[in-house]
Order: sequence, then C-alpha cells, then structure tokens
Amino acid sequence: MPSLIKLDAGSDQPRALTVQDAFVFVHDEEPIPAACDIVVTLSRLSSEGDDLLASGRRVGVRLQPSEAVEDLAYDLPRLAVVQLVFAKFRDGRPYSSARVLRERLAYQGEVRAVGDVLREQAMHMVRCGFDAFEPADGSSPEQWVAAAYRYRHVYQRAADEREPIHVERAQIASGLGHNRPDEVGA
Amino acid sequence: MYRYDDLDRQMLTDRSNEFRHQAARRLSGEITEDQFKPLRLMNGLYLQLHAYMLRVAIPFGTLSTAQLRRLAWVATTYDKGYGHFTTRTNVQLHWIKLRDAPDILDALAEVGLHAIQTSGNCIRNVTADPYAGATADEVDDPRVWAEAIREWSTVHPEFSYLPRKFKIAVTAAEKDRAAIRSYDIGLHLRRTRDGELSFEVMAGGGQGRTPYLAKTIREHLPASRLLSYLDAILRVYNRAGRRDNIHKARIKILVNSLGVEEFARQVEAEWAQIEAAEVDLPDTELARIRAAFQPQVFDPQPAVSPVFEAAKAADPEFARFARRNVHPHKVPGYAILDISLKAPGETPGDASSAQMETVADLADAYSQGEVRVNYTQNLVLPHVKLADVPAVYARLKEARLATANIDLITDIIACPGLDYCTLANARAIPVAQAIAKRFADPERAEAIGELGIKISGCINACGHHHLGAIGILGVDKKGEEYYQLSLGGSAGADAELARILGPAMSGQSIPDAIETLVETYLAHRQDGERFLDTVRRTGLQPFKEAVYAVAD
Repeated sequence: MPSLIKLDAGSDQPRALTVQDAFVFVHDEEPIPAACDIVVTLSRLSSEGDDLLASGRRVGVRLQPSEAVEDLAYDLPRLAVVQLVFAKFRDGRPYSSARVLRERLAYQGEVRAVGDVLREQAMHMVRCGFDAFEPADGSSPEQWVAAAYRYRHVYQRAADEREPIHVERAQIASGLGHNRPDEVGA
Repeated sequence: MYRYDDLDRQMLTDRSNEFRHQAARRLSGEITEDQFKPLRLMNGLYLQLHAYMLRVAIPFGTLSTAQLRRLAWVATTYDKGYGHFTTRTNVQLHWIKLRDAPDILDALAEVGLHAIQTSGNCIRNVTADPYAGATADEVDDPRVWAEAIREWSTVHPEFSYLPRKFKIAVTAAEKDRAAIRSYDIGLHLRRTRDGELSFEVMAGGGQGRTPYLAKTIREHLPASRLLSYLDAILRVYNRAGRRDNIHKARIKILVNSLGVEEFARQVEAEWAQIEAAEVDLPDTELARIRAAFQPQVFDPQPAVSPVFEAAKAADPEFARFARRNVHPHKVPGYAILDISLKAPGETPGDASSAQMETVADLADAYSQGEVRVNYTQNLVLPHVKLADVPAVYARLKEARLATANIDLITDIIACPGLDYCTLANARAIPVAQAIAKRFADPERAEAIGELGIKISGCINACGHHHLGAIGILGVDKKGEEYYQLSLGGSAGADAELARILGPAMSGQSIPDAIETLVETYLAHRQDGERFLDTVRRTGLQPFKEAVYAVAD
C-alpha cells in the first residue's frame, strides 16, 4: 500500500507531508463497507452516488485515464476527492483531466494521483493541480517536493499559482531597468 | 537573433541539474531503464547501434557563431570530431558516452544550447524558414512566433507525456522552405487584407509508415491568439489521441479518423473554453521577442556588385556556385548564401569540427555572426554582401564546403540509416554516396536541373522519402537490404506525397535506376519543366516501364 503525500497548503514554502489515508477504495464487485470514507468508480458513482452521499460519509471517485472529468460536473461539489489513475507513467491524459478539474470546473477538493506515480512527474502533477499523491516509487515528501520545485522558473501558466517567465521579465523590467541579455553567450 | 536572458539560462541550468540527478538515479539502480528511457529521450539521448547519440536542438535553425564553435568543441572533445545536421534542423553527435552526457549538456548550456525535448513523446524542437529575416518574400520574421512556441512548449506540465512525438513548423513566406505540411502542426503566417497578421493553421501532417499532408483546420487565426489555439489542439490530442498502438498514435491518425471538420470543431470548442488571456502572450512580451530579431543594420550597398560580377565572369566554377547557392536577399546588394553539406563522397549533413569552425569564422566576418540550418541538411549564411561572396567562396572551397549543387540531384537528403540507427532496415548513406558519385559532374547535374532525392533507411521516414521527387526507402527483404523507389513527392508549397514506382531492388541497382529515371525525364521534358513537373504531367507509367524493362 503506497503512502499518501499531500501538499501543505498552509505553508509559505513548498512543503508536503505524509498523511493517513482516510479513504477506502471500493472495487465495483465489493460491498460498500459500513461507516467509513470511500472512493468508488465512475460507474458506481453514477448508479449509487446519491445513496452513498446521503449516508453521511465522505465520498470520492476514481477515474481511469479514458474517463472524462466533465462527467462529474454536477456531483463535483459533493465529492471530497477525485483520484486520477496513471495507468502507465507515460500516459499523460490525467494531466489534462486535472487541469480541467481545477481551471474549468473550479474543483476545490483533493485531486489525487494514483497508479504509476513517479517522482520524475512530480512537477507536472503539481503544476496541473494535483495536491495528493500515492507515489509508486516510495518517494518521501521531501524528495517529492524537491523534484516538484526543482525549476526556479516556468514558461507557462497552469493550474498552480506560478507566474510564467514573461511576467517575471516584465517585473524585472519595471523594477530594475531591464534584464540585460548575455552578450558573450547566446 | 534571440539571445537567452538570465531567466532562460537558469531554465537550462535547472534542466541540466535535473538530468544529472536522474542519470545518477539510473546509474545507482534507483530507477529502471524503462523509467529512465523517456527521461533521457526528453534530453535528446538515444541508445543507438554502437553508442549513445545526443541530439542537440537548434531552435528554428538559427545558430550564433559562439554556439557553432561550441558544437565543434563538443564534437572534438566528446565525439569523433564531426556532427550530423538533420532534417529537423537539429545536430546529432553519434558517439557519446552516457557518463559524459551531463557535462556535455552543461557545456552546451553555457552558450544557450540544449537537447531539451529533441526526442520523446512531447513537443519537439520548433522549426522555421531557414531564410527568416533575410528573404524578401516574408510578411514577418517567423522566428518571433517560433520563439514564443519554444518558450510555451518547454517543460510543459500538461503536454510532456503525449500519445506520440509532436512537431511544429512555422513559415511566413509564400515559398515554403520549412516543409510545414509534413508537420503535426504547420503554421503559415500571412497578412489579411486589413494588414493584420494571421495564421493558417494546418494539422495532422506527418511521414512515417502512414504519410499525410497536414490539413487546414483554420484559415485565419489572429496571430496574437496562437498559443491558446495551440493549447486547444494539444489538449484535444492529449485526451483523444490513441495510446493503444504506437503506429496509430500520431495526431495525423486522430485528424483523419475523426475527419478534419470534426477535429477542427473539437479544437474550436476546446479553444472557446480556454482562458486565452492566461495563455496568449501580452503584446509587451511579443515586442520583447520581436526586438531580439530586429533586422541587423545593413550598410547600403549597390544593388549590383562589380566585384561579384567580375568574379562570375572570370571563373565558371564560381559562376555556377553563384547560380546554385546564392539567393536574393531583402536588402539590395546582399545575398543569402547556402553552404552545401553534400560534397561528393561525403555523408549528407555531416560537418567536421574544422568545417564548423570555418563556417563560424565566415559568419563572424561576413554574415553578421549568424548561421542557419536548413532541413535539407545544409547550412546558410543569411546576410552576405554580394561583394564579399567571392571571398567567402574561396574560404569555403578550401574547407570542401563550396559544392555548387543546391536543389540538384546530388543535394540528397538521407537519414543516418543502418550505419548508426537501431530502427533502420537498410543503409542510406552509401546509397546517397553512390548516387552522388554517379552524378558528380556538376555540368551534367545542372543540366538535369532541380531534382530532390530523399532517402530513408526505414519506414519512419527521417530521410523524407515520401516528399522526394525521387524517394528511396530502405526495406528489409529476408535479411537483405532492398530499396523501394517512389516518384513525384514535394515538400514545398506544392506539397505532395510520392507514389511507389514498383518492386524494391538491391542497393547496387539504384544508381542505374536513377540514371534511367533521369534519361526518361530528359526524353519527356518539355520547356522549363523540372523532373517533378514532368512526372506530374506524364504520370508514373513511362518511368515505371523504363526502370523495370531495364531490370528485367
């Protein structure tokens, strides 16, 4: 069972913590356990979602890469966690899913990366709006954060708060005259 | 030309450090080769037949002389003293040791060079017209937009694990010198009637085993909206592109399975929902990039140079060089000068470290310190005074770089083939050399006229055989190298895919077969027709009959 790492939203510096996973993933063929927070598949959410949500527990959903986050739209405000499965670390669909969740559907709950989740993809995941991770490679929270924030700058806006380089440039230009290009290098 | 500022350079340093870290983790066994492979590929490092190959990006084919000298130094220090310029305007070093790779990347980063995203299923190095900023027929410098794309696509958080590789090319001239219709996205910049810059956006081009020319998905995209529109295309592709079959994963398959109208509709629907203001560059940033490409100061020159004219009159070889390799510049009295890397007997696209040094020296002395790489695997000095062309020619000749064969039958595009590449079925270089030898007489080559031969050692088509007036594809036939001919392809504004002529033949038969094709063309040629024009007019039949009658 991989440990669960969560970004620490309350910290000024990028930080992550190992946390206890309150949620139990319930396979479609398994009965719903009594009185605990659960994560179910999209098909189960569609068929039993209202009953599950009415039972007073927290409910989340686990989406396969081919399943569209847009299908969650009406349920989203009631979902505590959306788990996006990386079937293979090379399968980049969950990055788009996470951005759509955050930027278009304005989802505020936990977006968790599960499956083939590796430290080398930490930055991509964080930038696309994931805030919880089940690393398959045993990464510690410190290693995860180091990988996620290795770059001092980014070239584009995404679902995180980081401003792209051109905004930094404009700030440098307004505050310090201009950022002189290196005439020696290229 | 664009020079990296502190922030760009810090990106390169961070990238280099990241890769050093990843390589160390691989060497210590912390990550598996399967996990490491996409990481090294996204840093341009391939494992080939004999050694590692490092593919260094040359964004939009523009090199400073400091960069070219550093490439020469790296080739001497860490490789066998030469580099190979590719059809994607990158440069490949074919004999690299994995343990040297981080040091090489550091040395390259010092001059603003890198290997970021030169391989892997991500947005690759962006290419543009090699005559950008020098040719009179462009509406804007396409590199302004290519640089915007470079920044937007570098370490993109959402689009680094696409279904397959993704290539973008930009031109701003009516004559397409960047083969944009063979790209995943081809961008053609024009001015609208009211003077606004606007892109024709084409998607779904690509070569490989299922070649397609890109189709127009939007006739007029306001240029300033480019990045948000690219975001929309990439998101549709990232989500809907096939991932179950590597041969069906390129965007061309998606575009053609949905149909271009439906694909375009999905892109427009996605684009309508993107917060474009968050993605599109503000005018101030576009102005900053534009300023970096502002035209150099050109000393006023007479439109006709007596020195140049006298040299042509005195030396027929120089006159041929002037006809083939010297092209009009937007400024009177200046020229764009092509340097052929196709000397007879040489490997197409190869340049030795000494040759790179020579070109750098010439660029400093005569071309405002700029060198371009053309996808035809040649180099370009973009801003040479006509009066200086004879002096440049003399130095090029000493360095065996003055071959006067641009666009002729010996200006052959060839991939590295089975001499280097693990993917290849057959060698490409010796075939190119044999053809070049057969047609080594420059007078004859010029009499034959424009004729693009393009050779790929396998179906992946790095040698652009689908786009050759004569395309040659290496195939494996029961363990032997065979070659399939196709005719009628073109990469330019009149882009068309070549059609297969007939059964494959052995490598030794190829020069004779080419000879037969040429003779057939000359027999059928009407006034002013290029080989390609004749093939298009007559169809394949006369060529087919001639080649296979001889073969039988």
